[in-house]
Amino acid sequence: MNTEPFNDRNVNELSAYYYVDIENYPVTAWDKFKQVVKRSLKGELFVGLWVVLREMIKFDIHTVQYPKEKLPIGPRYRAVHKLLRLWESGFERCIGCGLCEKICISDCIRMDTRIDENSRKEVTEYSINLGRCIFCGYCAEVCPELAIVHGGRYENASEQRAHFVIKDDMLTPLDFLTAGQQEEYPGFGAITPHEDERVTKTPLAY
Amino acid sequence: MNEITITIDGKTIQTQEGEYILNAARANGVFIPAICYLTRCSPTLACRICLVEADGKQVYACNAKAKEGMSVVTSTPTIADEKRAIMEVYDVNHPLECGVCDQSGECELQNYTLEVGIDKQTYSIADTHKPAQDWGLIHYDPALCIMCERCITVCKDMIGDSALSTVARGGDSIEAAFKESMPKDAYAMWNKLNKSLISPNGGDTLDCTNCGECTAVCPVGALVSSDYQYTSNAWEHQQIPATCAHCSAGCQLSYDIKHVSIADPEDKIYRVKNEWNYVSLCGSGRYGYDFQNANVTKDPIKFDAAIAAFKKADTISFTSTITNEEAMILQCLKEKFGYRLINEEARVFKSFLGSYSAISGQSLYSGNLKEVHESDFVVSIGSALKTDNPNARFAMNNAISMNKGAGLYFHPINDPVINDMSKNVTQFNHAAMMEETALYLMLDLFGDKGAMPSAVAEYLATFHTTKTATVEETVDEKVTETVVKKVLNEESGVEEEVSEEVTKTVKKKVSKEVEVDDNRLLALLNAPAGFTDTLTKYLAKKEKFALMVGPDLYSHPNARNCARLVALIEKYTPFNVTMIPNLSNTLGSALICDLDESIGSHTIGYNTAGNFTLSALGNGDLDMPALNQQEGTLTSIDKRVNPTNVAVGFGGYNLNDIANALGLKETLTINYTKHLPVNAGFRAVEFDTLPNHYTNAGEEVRGYVLESQPIAVNGDESVQPFNENSAMGSGIVYLANPVLQFTPFTAKSHQLQESGGLYASSAYLSANGMNEGDSVRVKTAYGEIVVKLIADGKIDGEIPYLPTFDTQINSGALFNGYRFATVSIQKV
Repeated sequence: MNTEPFNDRNVNELSAYYYVDIENYPVTAWDKFKQVVKRSLKGELFVGLWVVLREMIKFDIHTVQYPKEKLPIGPRYRAVHKLLRLWESGFERCIGCGLCEKICISDCIRMDTRIDENSRKEVTEYSINLGRCIFCGYCAEVCPELAIVHGGRYENASEQRAHFVIKDDMLTPLDFLTAGQQEEYPGFGAITPHEDERVTKTPLAY
Repeated sequence: MNEITITIDGKTIQTQEGEYILNAARANGVFIPAICYLTRCSPTLACRICLVEADGKQVYACNAKAKEGMSVVTSTPTIADEKRAIMEVYDVNHPLECGVCDQSGECELQNYTLEVGIDKQTYSIADTHKPAQDWGLIHYDPALCIMCERCITVCKDMIGDSALSTVARGGDSIEAAFKESMPKDAYAMWNKLNKSLISPNGGDTLDCTNCGECTAVCPVGALVSSDYQYTSNAWEHQQIPATCAHCSAGCQLSYDIKHVSIADPEDKIYRVKNEWNYVSLCGSGRYGYDFQNANVTKDPIKFDAAIAAFKKADTISFTSTITNEEAMILQCLKEKFGYRLINEEARVFKSFLGSYSAISGQSLYSGNLKEVHESDFVVSIGSALKTDNPNARFAMNNAISMNKGAGLYFHPINDPVINDMSKNVTQFNHAAMMEETALYLMLDLFGDKGAMPSAVAEYLATFHTTKTATVEETVDEKVTETVVKKVLNEESGVEEEVSEEVTKTVKKKVSKEVEVDDNRLLALLNAPAGFTDTLTKYLAKKEKFALMVGPDLYSHPNARNCARLVALIEKYTPFNVTMIPNLSNTLGSALICDLDESIGSHTIGYNTAGNFTLSALGNGDLDMPALNQQEGTLTSIDKRVNPTNVAVGFGGYNLNDIANALGLKETLTINYTKHLPVNAGFRAVEFDTLPNHYTNAGEEVRGYVLESQPIAVNGDESVQPFNENSAMGSGIVYLANPVLQFTPFTAKSHQLQESGGLYASSAYLSANGMNEGDSVRVKTAYGEIVVKLIADGKIDGEIPYLPTFDTQINSGALFNGYRFATVSIQKV
């Protein structure tokens, strides 16, 4: 194996690290006094003020006007959780298997389940204690149904903590779904591209 | 049994001769996979995954017995191929619903699939539609069933209901090509699996005693509790090791607890689990778990009232649904303040034990249920076995079915459940009050006449007469007959008749007069015809004899004589004796407390009526914790002191708080564990040191076993003759509980809620022109009540019974101690 790229660390006279030339700190009281006077009267302050003034009158401002405008975040960003629905039927994806509850390392997920009228497992209530959640993303990763995912809502300010964490808040509203506004989560746990090619198919007798 | 040495995978193992290789391996920490095998039951040979190579030959570890010097290898390439193919076959068409399945990871199919490392499927067959079925307390999903038949095996070999069997599965047969291509055992297993499904014997409905053991043993989520379905995942539960509080069997179980819901963080019991390889639960234990006294807070006013009541009272009346420690507190209170302690069923049991000890010289009986399990001839006298102590019934059934055993069951009420056990069980439905006769019969049939007191032997001889009987015998006889045959004359071509003599042997029945012994005891006990011959057949090759005696004897008007007869049976016959205590801790209460006979003027009732009532049922003057809200010990039928722990919290006062307010000084109730009376057989050990588990070898490591104390005997072994005129004829009523009920506590749990009535067999109902639901007036010499009639399919015959579990029915007032009473029953 060629180790040359590792051996050539590209360190030479020009690019080598060097020590910044720092003056010696003043030691005596007189030297300290001289330093204060020198810094106060040199006018360095106005250099900085000029830069600000120059940029201001150019009107080329890069500051994000935060509450009004927001930067786009990465698709794998892990913010407040969402519960998704199935696209076709609108049913909840969550089957109540409890794996998120089990894997949660800060033990902040709980769900109540029951058997419903159609003999299916129904999740009657689902909650995440955001006071304890560390947004590690394990719940989204372990979810076999891509039901619990991390959304993009990173603003956790509210009158009460409880406002984020019950099922009704996290579940995609039906009108939202029909409007096609439910977003898939491409982070850990989502199906990777070309998954089909890697699966060994189970033989069927018919 | 001889100790032998075998090697498994190079590990030297000591085991018993004749032990299955699988059990020997398990007991010594060697892992051999097995799905269909159940310890204590017969090998099913359905899964075939326990394949091992013993001395170079492939055998099934669950079925092959260990021999001296045997060398076992658990894995060879052939075996690995078989196991892989077997697990692939199990996974064919198995629904991928592990996410919602109630087995939630406690699944043996899942475990072994991962253990063997199945990552692709080779086999296939068309699936069939198998809809889920609801069997009341039990839910069956055939789609998940892997046909290991553990449910059928446990129901037959352990429980004795034999309520389940296989039915045809339907659907395609396996492709012929697989027979050649796949490993031999895997194909055989698939062939068996593909033929059948589980079904109740009664068709769509399950007719059994609802023990739910089938759901416990199911390796997958096919059989589950209907109530538990989809409410929780197994891993969320905290398991509280405990002892069942309902009867004297004292089964080990674990209460699985979890918070009620997101909104309510209080603990709730979701289900009960048991170590099904070593202990089997009945339905009361499995489904009657939430009998706690909930939502109780400390009310100082009520507490002060209780203290005032205790200061005023001179009597404490209590039931046996109580821990040893509480009984000890009551005894301490008695010693300090001179209360009279009243617990009638414990008192009669104590005096029965005392009368027994006077002859046997031991403070406790010799047997336990483990010995019943191991015996091959079991006799039960004086107990409605299936409801007095279901585990005693399981032990009897297990002994008879596993050890090629036989049994006798003496009870006035005919029990179809006992008949279902085996054809080698004979029921004696004798008249009430004839229990002594049954005990005499035991002495007569099995006693050493030379050793036993001569008075008894002479008394027994008076029942024997010789009589001539006509016996039919089959004899071979040679008969010569003249037969006319038609023969074709070859010359003339005409048929001619020719006579010919033929000799042949025929079996002929001959009547013969023989002298036989006539035992009048058998007639007095309504023995079935030909019992003497049946017994001879039963007794062939029998080695270990077990006798169980029950509560009918303790409250018998001649209880003292019964107890002395029991002691004589133990002394002069090969039987060991196990006494079935009436309730959860009757034995403990009897040993710890000095019990009084008469009630004083002012009574404190603990879980029973009194002038001031302490109650764990929530209906008294001061709330007490129920047995699943307390830690403490319970004394079981096995003479074992079993620890139990707190499953759900209790917010109120307990008996120790009252005792402390009255001047006893112990911070915790369990501090009394080490003060339990050593002279009654208890040990001075701390509660926290008591273990509560089973080892892999099936050894019961729970609490400790009571030490039987030697009792001085005076050599008087005289017993009274029985009075055959005291037999109670027809028109009697019994005091017992229906299946699944023991006390008001079982009836309180949400799955077993029911109200009682007069339970009668359908034969009784039709004979008297009555229907289920009719109101009847039940009148005895001691009182009368009006109750509803309830049909009970689990009894037969003419004797109805009244329950004790329903607090609305004061059935005790109709009886004078003895469990039978003459009765008049009229429709109202």
